[in-house]
Amino acid sequence: MAVKKISKVQPEKFEFNKKNKETADSIIKNYPSGKQQSAVMALLYLAQKQNDNWIPLSAMKYIAKYLDMPYIKVYEVATFYSMYNLTPVGKYFFQVCTTTPCMLRGAYNLVDVCKRKISEEENRLSEDGKTSWLEVECLGACVNAPMLQLNEDYYEDLDPTKLEQIIDKIGNDEVPQPGSYRGRLSSEPENTRKTLIGNKNA
Amino acid sequence: MLEDKDRIFQNLYNDFGADLASAKLRGDWKDTKEICGKGREWIINEIKTSELRGRGGAGFPTGLKWSFAPKEVGSRPHYLVINADESEPGTCKDRDILRFEPHKLIEGCLIASYAVNAHKCYIYIRGEYFNEGQKLQTAIDEAYKDGLLGKNSAGTDWELDIYIHYGAGAYICGEETALLESIEGKKGQPRLKPPFPALIGLYGCPTIINNVETISVVPTILRRGGKWFSSLGRPKNTGSKIYCISGNVNNPCNVEEEMGIPLKELIEKHAGGVIGGWDNLKAVIPGGSSMPLLPKETCETIKMDFDACVENKTGLGTAGIVVINKDQDIIKCMARIARFYKHESCGQCTPCREGSGWMWRMLERMAKGEATRDEVDMLLDVTKQIEGHTICAFGEGSSWPVQGLIRNFKDEIIERNKFDPIVKKQKDIPYLVDQHLLEKENA
Repeated sequence: MAVKKISKVQPEKFEFNKKNKETADSIIKNYPSGKQQSAVMALLYLAQKQNDNWIPLSAMKYIAKYLDMPYIKVYEVATFYSMYNLTPVGKYFFQVCTTTPCMLRGAYNLVDVCKRKISEEENRLSEDGKTSWLEVECLGACVNAPMLQLNEDYYEDLDPTKLEQIIDKIGNDEVPQPGSYRGRLSSEPENTRKTLIGNKNA
Repeated sequence: MLEDKDRIFQNLYNDFGADLASAKLRGDWKDTKEICGKGREWIINEIKTSELRGRGGAGFPTGLKWSFAPKEVGSRPHYLVINADESEPGTCKDRDILRFEPHKLIEGCLIASYAVNAHKCYIYIRGEYFNEGQKLQTAIDEAYKDGLLGKNSAGTDWELDIYIHYGAGAYICGEETALLESIEGKKGQPRLKPPFPALIGLYGCPTIINNVETISVVPTILRRGGKWFSSLGRPKNTGSKIYCISGNVNNPCNVEEEMGIPLKELIEKHAGGVIGGWDNLKAVIPGGSSMPLLPKETCETIKMDFDACVENKTGLGTAGIVVINKDQDIIKCMARIARFYKHESCGQCTPCREGSGWMWRMLERMAKGEATRDEVDMLLDVTKQIEGHTICAFGEGSSWPVQGLIRNFKDEIIERNKFDPIVKKQKDIPYLVDQHLLEKENA
């Protein structure tokens, strides 16, 4: 189990904006009537997106009322799942995968770069306040290891130099191109493809 | 080696594009109406003939699972749930299906829904796969527009709606009952079985849960016949499978191959060999991190299918092959896997919640050489206390890799940790008692 900390600084009020209200209502319709509680995970995502990538307690209370369910149940869900940030994170949030398949290909070198270029500790904002990083468990792109997730995008086949370049770009508020950094388009073996040869130049 | 024409996922490497028009050119959505027209019995029997086993890790026969759904719809509606919560370290096959072959999955959903009488299908995608989910949503929208989903799906007269539900980074939600809890908007903590989801599942209704890859191969099996599928591989282990080869190989890749392909061939031929040559191989995890690792001697000969893996005291699991070479510290690698399990335990059952942390801490100390000689057996004992004492299979999943390490590399661990505990006199006292408190001299 992982410990989750709740931010000490909490905004007093939270409310969905008009667009998110519409999205929320359409998500609730995906589930049978009376089972609106199912939408809690999606609504927490909406709240997180609206509130600079983290969820305040007031948003959980708001969602509880919105879905007509007890506040504690929303709190339970928000603290159980690791992708809900309950403390402020950077506008650019790096999540470095360090589970064994990535570790075998040098994920901890990426962690060193993050420590050096972003902040000494996990989950602490960088000096310019825009970036933070976190070590996470398997992100499911093991064939393209080592890799990391920056906000919603995967950056694959990295090495320390390339990650430094990415972080430098972020410092200038440019978002670098996601995907493989060795020019791979998918999970095919580089240069030595033995299967689906006929499709190659389709 | 499997011939290219027999590969089901022709677009595994995205040579053609994932959109509906290209998918139709590859043969998706062809004769879907005729297939459903042959009736539920025929579909389930054909899947039974094909001997397709679930691709999510447990390898349960799919046709049998479908036949557990009640034949008639009673007062409760039926649901089909697709498990796309792919989080097993070493596995990344479903991701490629979601982004490059979404129409195989959607067509499979329609056929499976028809076979189990479901009008609603939920696809549970892990939250990190946001972009992959968007691609699937695009494909679903295309299908609705083309009349392949909705009131009269693909002219079959069957109503089907597909919804995507995003997870939020919990490995345990790949366990089927935890997944259902998560869809219901609760913490993802597994339920006790029985009752099995086929009778009491999502919202208390009959629910069939299948992995992405299982459902995606169904349309091709029905088009080409169950006999064709069962002609690949060997009995009980039929068909083809996507293998993910990662770790210390020259060209990590995903590849679709026949069941029962030798592990050595997969590594040498498709993944470009072990870094530093075959002799530099230390061990291989054959089926995602939950499965015990194999030493080099076994890797020479083992064939990759369900039964052959079980004979070698491991499992095929999700076929996520992680290759570890001699440049790596094997104890450290397993300690990292133990940390993964410690992080992902849902906390419901005490043996798993506490034990996964114990295993991690002990392995960390063993990697540093700070553990005592006796602790190796103690660690093995801890794994035995977790295994089989939990609600779901997470207990086995977290203790098997550690057992595999001890079974194959015990000498290496002892070599590094070969000193006796400071307190030696009262060895028969259970280790749960703090021994220094019992011995005054050392206190």
